[in-house]
Amino acid sequence: MTKLNINGRTVDVDAEPDTPLLWVIREQVGLSGTKYGCGIAACGACSVHVNGDVQRSCAIPLSAIKETDRIVTIEGLSPDASHPIQKAWLAHEVPQCGYCQSGQIMAAAALLARTPKPTDADIDAAMTNICRCGTFQRIRAAIHDAASGGTGSKG
Amino acid sequence: MTEQLTLSRRGFIVGGSSAGAGLAIGLALPIGASHIHALARSATSPEINAWVVVNPDDTIVVRVARSEMGQGTLTGLCQLVAEELACDWSKVTAEYPTPGENLRRKRAWGNMSTGGSRGIRESESYVRKGGAAARMMLVSAAAAQWNVPTTECRASNSVITHPASGRTITYGKVAAAAARMTPPSDADIKLKDPKDWTIAGKPLKRLDTKEKLDGRLVYAIDVTLPGMLNAAIRDCPHFGGKLHSFDEAKVKAMPGVRHVLRIGETGLAVVADTWWRAKTALDAADIVWDKGPNSAVTSATIAAQLKDGLDSTEGVFTQTRIGDVGNAQASAAKTVEAVYATPFLNHATMEPMNCTAVWTPEKCEVWVATQNGEASLAACAAAAGLKPSQCEVYKHHLGGGFGRRGFQDYVTKAVLAAKQIPGTPIKMIWSREEDMVHGRFRPITQAKLKGTLDANGDLTSLALRISGQSILAGVRPAALRNGMDFLQFQSLDPKPDSSIGQFGYTVANLVIDHAMRNTPLPPGFWRGVNSNQNVFYLESFIDELAHAAGKDPLAFRRKLMANHPKHLAVLNAVAEKAGYDKPAEKGLFRGIAQGAGFGSFCAAAAEVSVRANGKIKVERLVMGTDCGTAVNPDQIAAQVEGSVVYGLGAAFYQENTVNEGRVVEENFDTFGTLLIDQMPRIETVLVPSGGFWGGVGEPTIMVAAPAVINAIFAATGKRVRSLPLKNHGLV
Repeated sequence: MTKLNINGRTVDVDAEPDTPLLWVIREQVGLSGTKYGCGIAACGACSVHVNGDVQRSCAIPLSAIKETDRIVTIEGLSPDASHPIQKAWLAHEVPQCGYCQSGQIMAAAALLARTPKPTDADIDAAMTNICRCGTFQRIRAAIHDAASGGTGSKG
Repeated sequence: MTEQLTLSRRGFIVGGSSAGAGLAIGLALPIGASHIHALARSATSPEINAWVVVNPDDTIVVRVARSEMGQGTLTGLCQLVAEELACDWSKVTAEYPTPGENLRRKRAWGNMSTGGSRGIRESESYVRKGGAAARMMLVSAAAAQWNVPTTECRASNSVITHPASGRTITYGKVAAAAARMTPPSDADIKLKDPKDWTIAGKPLKRLDTKEKLDGRLVYAIDVTLPGMLNAAIRDCPHFGGKLHSFDEAKVKAMPGVRHVLRIGETGLAVVADTWWRAKTALDAADIVWDKGPNSAVTSATIAAQLKDGLDSTEGVFTQTRIGDVGNAQASAAKTVEAVYATPFLNHATMEPMNCTAVWTPEKCEVWVATQNGEASLAACAAAAGLKPSQCEVYKHHLGGGFGRRGFQDYVTKAVLAAKQIPGTPIKMIWSREEDMVHGRFRPITQAKLKGTLDANGDLTSLALRISGQSILAGVRPAALRNGMDFLQFQSLDPKPDSSIGQFGYTVANLVIDHAMRNTPLPPGFWRGVNSNQNVFYLESFIDELAHAAGKDPLAFRRKLMANHPKHLAVLNAVAEKAGYDKPAEKGLFRGIAQGAGFGSFCAAAAEVSVRANGKIKVERLVMGTDCGTAVNPDQIAAQVEGSVVYGLGAAFYQENTVNEGRVVEENFDTFGTLLIDQMPRIETVLVPSGGFWGGVGEPTIMVAAPAVINAIFAATGKRVRSLPLKNHGLV
């Protein structure tokens, strides 16, 4: 048994040490908002926060996580989808199929936490998640909107 | 048998693993279901007709037969129903009727197939009539209750009014009575003119966004069922090959493994308590493949096969022959000739293929993301060895479709696995690698184009030979016409009433034909289908001709388009928005393209710059579309934006190469996609001209790449004739 701190709760998980954190989250903890896309840290659908940093959970073995590490998934980002990024995503109608959006939102939230007023170049550097639907134009607008304390009015 | 079987007969438990499952599903899976959802249709929730349920609290449930995969069809179809229903939009929710229920009700919801950008344009008439009929029944019920003539009553915003007496009543209050009314005859239903719309035609918010923001939405890959086990699959990657051998004892000794299953002659599935353990065990299986009859097939052998087709007279199907091309070529002042090529492409949906199935001798059910619920039902029944009436399909929102999920191979394989473990639900997930090598690939083609100019630089003839793989020959051979794949000529059909996209130019001497050269790879419909390749070939070559004639590419096109006013109008709208009345700003280079398909007319104007390192940056794309009737302008813009990413991602980075009769690229490290740093600024020019209903999800892709390729020529003088651009050092 390994103890994990996920979304402020301590949970016991029973998995092989080399099991990727993604699959521990999905299959042991039972949180399905974090998605499997590639398994090689290329797409970012599995992005979570570990101690505030965005990480691709498909490439982190369970053995690399300490009990004191604070893991936050999309389900724990905010109560009632009230994080400024989530509100901006809603206002800008960012998602299409939505499958990558948990990861996009986690990446964007981490960017804003580190860089409250990101430039386009900051966004380009931080937002390397794949979206096959092609929602990037709205992602960029929504991040700028959230950064400016946006009311969510579409810009 | 087991408890879950009993449940299964009444309606299964389904839920995201986070949500502590709940009871659901007899008729429909409420969209966005994440936990307990009661059936919408119940004794207290009258179904007015197949499309509309009105609850006593005035909430409205609109039934949506088509699949939502991000393209916004669900919201658009609800807008159309709600418009005619004259209901309160803020109280509208949606649900999917199941394919099994559609079968039982003699296809009350019609075709469930969602592809070819047909979701709205093919069903708008009957869903609007469904909304109108429900409104008429609600009004009739109110009039009967008040004992006044129906004609004296009005309906608006879910309220029925009798102005003469000042009485009002909400839909919810008369829904039960309305459900018992005789439906109006088709002839008595008068649909609104789109110019009078107040709900349809407006840029309303999507109905399905909130659950995509916090992880709540249960995609098929998130389904959990009581007693469920997880399966990983590996199928022979060499097309035509088989499973030869594997180390069964080693697999069975791995943690969590419960079953090791053969899937037909080609596949192996490991079933374990978790998918990660199943996949880990499968990785250790030491599988040996019998590579089969195609093991010598490589990209090079396929290229040679296609090259042969460029000049061959064998296996050639001529779709268009106008005038006398030979004569025009003999008397030409100038001749231009070029060969183009495009590669195989996987769809690479973000959500890998997956399907959950439970089989018993009496019944089989599947939970799946599908573009065609009825085809999923048929595949389920065939694999289950049961009648369709003994099967059921629960549709989930798709984590991307793009054409891939119209094919049902993943349903078949999940059911073949579940059938070997009766009563136990099996969730089968394809790894990304497995998904990539078992795609339904956009087929590979080459094209040879030869055009002639007279002394004035006017086009006198065009010959366009496509050589390559046919989709229909691979997936729907019965649809071939005397052997010819008519879809091969998408966007190249000169017939004025073309259903496959009209050729937008008038050329006095014109030949368009196809040398069918099929390969062992399974072909598929890839968002935009053949229009992508055909319009890349044509619009690049038109640019070549314009430059050879010493003419401006826009003016050269306009002269050839005088008899194609819809094509021309979109091209002109794009040129105007892009600022073609002035030269491009310093450092920016322009390219333009146009094309028609999926019932719509499109054009694009690109602006590119060249970085210090010689790489191209697409700065801006003005994308125009005339889809006739616009149901949700903001969602159309979203589709245009997305189509650019999908099309340019392919044009920049993507190709599936072949070695030993199998696809080489297995993941996003070798199959690149466009990311935000390469995203151009996109301006959507929506010019719906009315009077028809065109598609939206696909058509604009076809013009994105050629506009950029033409701009690259303007910037560099380099004519790119094969994709992707990464092979030319430009991205």
